[in-house]
Amino acid sequence: MTEPILTLSGVSKTYKGGFTALHGVDLSINKGEIFALLGPNGAGKTTLISIVCGIVTPSTGTIRVGGHDALADYKAARSLIGLVPQELSVDMFETVLATVTFSRRLFGRSGHNAYIEQVLRDLSLWDKRDNKIMELSGGMKRRVLIAKALAHEPEILFLDEPTAGVDVALRRDMWKLVHSLRERGTTIILTTHYIEEAEEMADRVGVINKGRLLLVDDKTALMQKLGKRELDLTLVDALDAVPAGFEQWQLSLENDGRTLRYVFDATQEDTGIPSLLRALGDRHIAFKDLETSKSSLEDIFVDLVEERA
Amino acid sequence: MTVPGMNLHGIWAIYRFEMARSLRTLWQSLIGPVLTTSLYFIVFGGAIGSRMQNVDGVSYGSFIVPGLIMLSLLTQSVGNASIGIYFPKFTGTIFELLSAPISTIELVIGYVGAAATKSVVIGAIILATSAFFVPVVVEHPLAMIAFLLLTSVAFSLFGFILGIWANSFEQLNFVPLLLITPLTFLGGSFYSIDMLPQPWRTVSLFNPVVYLVSGFRWSFFGRGDVDIALSLGVTLGFLVACLAVIAWIFKSGWRLKS
Repeated sequence: MTEPILTLSGVSKTYKGGFTALHGVDLSINKGEIFALLGPNGAGKTTLISIVCGIVTPSTGTIRVGGHDALADYKAARSLIGLVPQELSVDMFETVLATVTFSRRLFGRSGHNAYIEQVLRDLSLWDKRDNKIMELSGGMKRRVLIAKALAHEPEILFLDEPTAGVDVALRRDMWKLVHSLRERGTTIILTTHYIEEAEEMADRVGVINKGRLLLVDDKTALMQKLGKRELDLTLVDALDAVPAGFEQWQLSLENDGRTLRYVFDATQEDTGIPSLLRALGDRHIAFKDLETSKSSLEDIFVDLVEERA
Repeated sequence: MTVPGMNLHGIWAIYRFEMARSLRTLWQSLIGPVLTTSLYFIVFGGAIGSRMQNVDGVSYGSFIVPGLIMLSLLTQSVGNASIGIYFPKFTGTIFELLSAPISTIELVIGYVGAAATKSVVIGAIILATSAFFVPVVVEHPLAMIAFLLLTSVAFSLFGFILGIWANSFEQLNFVPLLLITPLTFLGGSFYSIDMLPQPWRTVSLFNPVVYLVSGFRWSFFGRGDVDIALSLGVTLGFLVACLAVIAWIFKSGWRLKS
């Protein structure tokens, strides 16, 4: 069993105005995994990250990072963490190399030119190292933030909405970078409301809404457990309505009655497909094509958030 | 060099960053104090000072040298330290400082150390500029250096608090403009408080800047408005008070953490 590198126990946050952003969150992150925290805007994702990183003080609960208490032994805990914030918060008057070197030193490391050079090369920033940050594009500035977060060789990297507002090419580059970091053993925790990002990258997924962690599960298992499949039958003759006598199947008509859609649970032994096809044959409802598809993580996420709202 | 438990690299990073920020505006940083000092000497030393009698046996031009240095020292210390910590708050880069493995005292050493260094350098430049206009003799050089350092550090700490308190650039300018400058002008920078009629002489003793200027002037001429021990005590007291406030700010997260 993989050992946890980060554990949160009963972590809650109530702001001075009385608003509770987090309700007793318990979470354990395994070493070397990619964990995606999904949730709509205002769900508590950034608050959770900010508490772990020391930017926001928790109201209750304990956090252990690599075995160190995040409050009592904050220096040891924080030195293991790198944070890429959601906002492009970076000193615009500094050069790329100066600001990345600053971050490395701030986290207690000596200036290590070879490592910084490698990070900047990995992020295609080496040629821009002497440029002031104000001269860079938005995408390049985001890369600088990643370089700053990686500068002190963290074991855990938090990516808060890493691809919000970036173009497709940079998003793909970011995904590649995340995979290469994981190969090197870095634990990655990302927050996103781009479901495809979690689907593409994560090993495990957590869903948070209104400050409550609704579920945490292995991504594949989650999709198997909660994933619905759809069977689309392209009809020879369009129907006006789902015929009577088919109530035992969850059917709907799509494409102006030309497609009959059956939603079924793939985990059940009897999916109901053979009996449906037989029933259609008995009623002389002909179809010329059939296609099955599984629901995406997005569907699961929307279902969960709506169901528990 | 390593000190167990201390993040020396972090302190050095902040110190270097702050010094580099000043070096980017080196011309403005140096030319301002030199020009201002020259103007003071032309107006107060030349035009007005030539018509005034000696103060405590010292020519008026020489008499105002410690006060002029103190005036710049206070405004520069407060200004540099306050903008140093306010700017990360303004740009949002404060997240990096708050999430770094660096303690309150280490942050303060980095920011206040850099602000105090700049103030001391500017103080030395003003002293050198003064020597072009009037004879400058320092009777107690060690005491002068001690007061220079203590005042720079104390008011840089005060500026650090101001930078954390401020929520806008207007607030950042408010305190130096409406507090520091009047207190410095009324703190005996350009006169001995013995020259004031009562009750203003007594009222002046409630101005902490009087003690700083007096102590600094004592290091030049061997004489001050108040006892040197009292001057030193007030300066140290102000420094300790600022340190206590900063320790509380970081413990409570006031204006820094939510």
